[in-house]
Formats: sequence, C-alpha cells, structure tokens
Amino acid sequence: MTEATPKIEPKIKLDGVRKSFGDKHVLNGYSVSVMPRESLVVIGGSGSGKSVALKCILGLLTPDEGEIYIDGKPTVHIRASEREEINARIGMLFQNAALFDSLPVWENVAFGLIQGKGMKRALAKEIAIEKLAQVGLGADVGKLGPAELSGGMRKRVGLARAIAGDPDIIFFDEPTTGLDPIMGHVIDDLIVKCVKEVGATAISITHDMASARRIADKVAMLYKGQIIWTGPVSDIDHSGNDYVDQFINGLADGPIQMELRKA
Amino acid sequence: MNPFQAIGAGILNFLEATGRLTLFALSGISHCVRPPIYPRLILRQMIDIGFYSLPVVGMTTLFAGMVLALQSYTGFARFSAEGAIPNVVVLSITRELAPVLAGLMIAGRIGAAMAAELGTMRVTEQIDALETLSTNPFKYLVAPRLIAGVTMLPLLVLIGDVMGVMGGYVVGVYKLGFNEQIYIVNTWNFLQASDVISGLIKAGAFGFLVSLMGCYHGYRSKGGAQGVGAATTNAVVSASILILIANYLITEMLFTT
Ligand SMILES: Nc1ncnc2c1ncn2[C@@H]1O[C@H](COP(=O)(O)OP(=O)(O)OP(=O)(O)O)[C@@H](O)[C@H]1O
Ligand SMILES: [Mg+2]
Repeated sequence: MTEATPKIEPKIKLDGVRKSFGDKHVLNGYSVSVMPRESLVVIGGSGSGKSVALKCILGLLTPDEGEIYIDGKPTVHIRASEREEINARIGMLFQNAALFDSLPVWENVAFGLIQGKGMKRALAKEIAIEKLAQVGLGADVGKLGPAELSGGMRKRVGLARAIAGDPDIIFFDEPTTGLDPIMGHVIDDLIVKCVKEVGATAISITHDMASARRIADKVAMLYKGQIIWTGPVSDIDHSGNDYVDQFINGLADGPIQMELRKA
Repeated sequence: MNPFQAIGAGILNFLEATGRLTLFALSGISHCVRPPIYPRLILRQMIDIGFYSLPVVGMTTLFAGMVLALQSYTGFARFSAEGAIPNVVVLSITRELAPVLAGLMIAGRIGAAMAAELGTMRVTEQIDALETLSTNPFKYLVAPRLIAGVTMLPLLVLIGDVMGVMGGYVVGVYKLGFNEQIYIVNTWNFLQASDVISGLIKAGAFGFLVSLMGCYHGYRSKGGAQGVGAATTNAVVSASILILIANYLITEMLFTT
C-alpha cells in the first residue's frame, strides 16, 4: 500500500467483543470488520452467537468487553440519543421477523418512516406497498395483520421493513430460512441489489450455503464465540480450514463435534 | 449458610429491585413530558382504560354503595342513628371505597393486559425491533400508558362516586324506607369538596401505580409464554399491594392535620 492511497475505514468493526449470559460465554473475542458497500455473510453452528453479535452492534445487548466501531466511532458506551441516530441508518431483519402484531402489515413496513422519520402516513404507505412488491407481496397483503401471514411471508415483511428506510447498513438474520427455493433466490437478488445499487453495507447470517455464495463478498465463520476464518467468498471452497470445510459441506464427521454426540 | 448472609442478600435484592423500579418510573415520567408524544397511542390507551372499564367500575361501586347502606343500617339502628346513613355512604364511597375498588379492579383488568402485551412484545423481540426503527420504547409504549392511567382513573372514580351514592340511595329509599328528598339533602349537606378531591388524588396515584407495574413487569419479562404469565401475575399482585399501601399513606398525609 502506498502513502497516497487514502485509508478507507471499515464501516463496521468489532474488536474483541465478549458477551456472556451468566456463566455461558457466547462471544469470546469476536473481531471482524466490514468495509463500506461490502456484504459479509456470517456462518456458524446454531447457537454459536451469530444473532447475539448483531444485537450487540445494534446496542440491544451491551458487550461485556471489547469495542464496536461504526464509521470509525466507538459505539458501545454512547448516549441513547446518539444510539438513536446510528440506528436510524441501520435496517434489521430479525430471525423471527419480530413484526408488530398490533399493526397491519403495511404499517409495519412503514413504521420507521412514520415514527422515526416523521413522514406523512399516505406517502409512507405508498413506499411500504412498493417495498412489499419488491419482496413479492401484493398490496392486498398490506391490509392483513401479521398473525394472518405464513412464516415465509412474515420473513419477507420483516425484510421489507428492514429496507424501507433505505438504510446504509443492513443486517439480515437468516433472510431465506423458511422460503421456497425460488423465493429464496428472489430475496438473495434483492439483498445483492441493496448492496450493489443502493450502496448499503450488509451483514447477513445464513445456514444456506447456496444463498451465502450468491450474496456474500466476504464470509466469516463463527465458532465457539470467535471468528475462526474470514475470506472472500471465492476462497470458501479452498479455505484450508477443516472447520469451514466441514461446515460448508455439512459433514457429520470433522473437527466440529455436535454437543449431542459428546454425551 | 450464615443467617446474616441470607438476610443481607435479601435486603440487597430488595434494594436493587426498588432501585430498578425507581429508575424505570423516573425514565417513564421523563418521557411523558419530552417530545415526541404520540397522541394517537395515548387516546387508544385512554379508551381502553377509561371507557372499557366503565361497566366494571360502575358495577363494583354500585354494589359497594348498596351494601354499605344496608350494613350501616344494621349498626346504626341499634342506637337510633339511621339518619347518618346517607352521610356514611357518601363519605366512605368518595374517600375510600371508590378509589380503592376502582384501583383494584383496574389492576386486574388493565395491569394484567399491559404486562401481557408488553411481555409478549419483549419475548418476541418486538421491543428490540422498535429500537432499531429509531423509536424509543419508553415513549412509544410506557409513556402513553402512564399518561392514560393517571388521567383516566380519576374520571372512573368520579363516575364510581356517583354510582356508589346511587346504590346507597336505592337501598336507603326502596328498602330502608328513607324519604327520597331527605336522603339526597343529607348526602349533599355533609359532603365537602375535599372528600371528593382526596379520592381523586388517590385515584391518580393508583392509576399511575397500575400502569407502572403493568409496564415494568411486562417490559422486563423474559423466557417465553411462562415468563409472560409470571409478569402478568406479578403486575397484578404488586399493583394491588402498592395500591393498598399508597392508600394508607395518602390518607394519612391528607387527613392527619
Ligand atoms: N437473552 C439471552 N439470555 C441468555 N442466553 C442467551 C440470550 N440470547 C442468546 N442466548 C444464548 O446465546 C447463544 C447464542 O445465541 P444466538 O441467538 O446468537 O445463536 P445463533 O448463532 O443466532 O443461532 P441460530 O443459528 O440457531 O439462530 C445461545 O446458546 C443462547 O442460548
Ligand atoms: Mg440466530
């Protein structure tokens, strides 16, 4: 690297993040960085702390140790008002969608626009319907309540809500789980479009390797609370890491021993 | 374990819980007065707490007034003081029974519903989702409930006062043979504004306590359906106990001098 190259700061950087619940150590020095307009996919076993890490970045959980930088600024111990400002630029799809069940679908999607950005309801509704169309849901779905949707539809509504405010950072917690393969593909394309065209930075969690290959620029593997491998998606098949090999090929035998087999 | 250790741990736990509740309450209050304020949500809570509780509060105070007239007749007839019945009914209702009964009924009806609703939102990550959509859950969920609780309970108690006095009147006139006019005159003449107002002050405090406990337990609930169930029970029980304690404290504050 030469002197003239301006140093690009990572959009998001986790530095030695630790988080425990009681004596259960979930994150043990989680460090990763994501450059602007990059799409990171985090893979790792169920219960390894992928969702917890996203919640730490959003400030929903406070790490016990370590620092999280967004645009180069530390965010772990900031005031609530600063946190609100940061979160206004982040969209999040929760693993279980977390839709507001007291509100109709369109209002769920428009929520951030109406409450967060103070947009007029009529205009926000138009945008919501447009976003719903992008995830393959018609305007008639907008009037339903979240309880009237199927699991996959809820996930897509959650996705529409996450991207409704055109955030610069988007987190997708298992965006294609519970969707049929075709719809899964459509959603993957939408995620790629958000990153490539809109210029967002994305962190996605997925167990679906085909989907990971489509949406990732970079892949990171979480194991026992640490990132044990990270590299461009093109290297994933020859990572030279036995854990990654076992994981992406879904082999029962390998260095990762499932808890139940130890017993 | 050393008994002192157990006592110490108990005291520390109690202090910690009190501290947490106090912080929660202060934060809730501070969000009631700082913008943004959500009139739509406040209105919805007011309708829920105020309008839909009318039948419950009306019925309880009506029957309380009726039984009060009947019971005091039994006692007062023994020393020929039946004339004091309207007076006893209106004082007991306005100062004591209407606020306490309404408070307890609302604790069951509204406190439980609030804890269940917020608890479900907590365990299904809806409260987390609010935060990610740059909406402060205290402003969006807690403040409207506190405001509605504090303002609606006094209104309910005012209606409860009327219902209770009516109950006493019905029993007094139709069962105990009072003259209609004398009953009303006796009710009015002995009633002072301070009797009604003190009841309304209590009602405001009780409304605050019910909303606070409902929100507090719901907001902090964890662990799925069972956790939400526990939060609901805790909200009702703690609100009821606090209402009775606050009732004594406010009575003492307002009446000793
Ligand atoms: N609020 C909490 N309290 C206690 N433990 C928690 C809490 N949230 C998560 N955990 C624990 O942290 C661990 C990691 O959870 P997390 O949800 O991050 O898993 P994950 O990697 O997202 O798994 P999956 O792929 O199944 O979604 C789990 O073992 C879970 O038991
Ligand atoms: Mg998860």
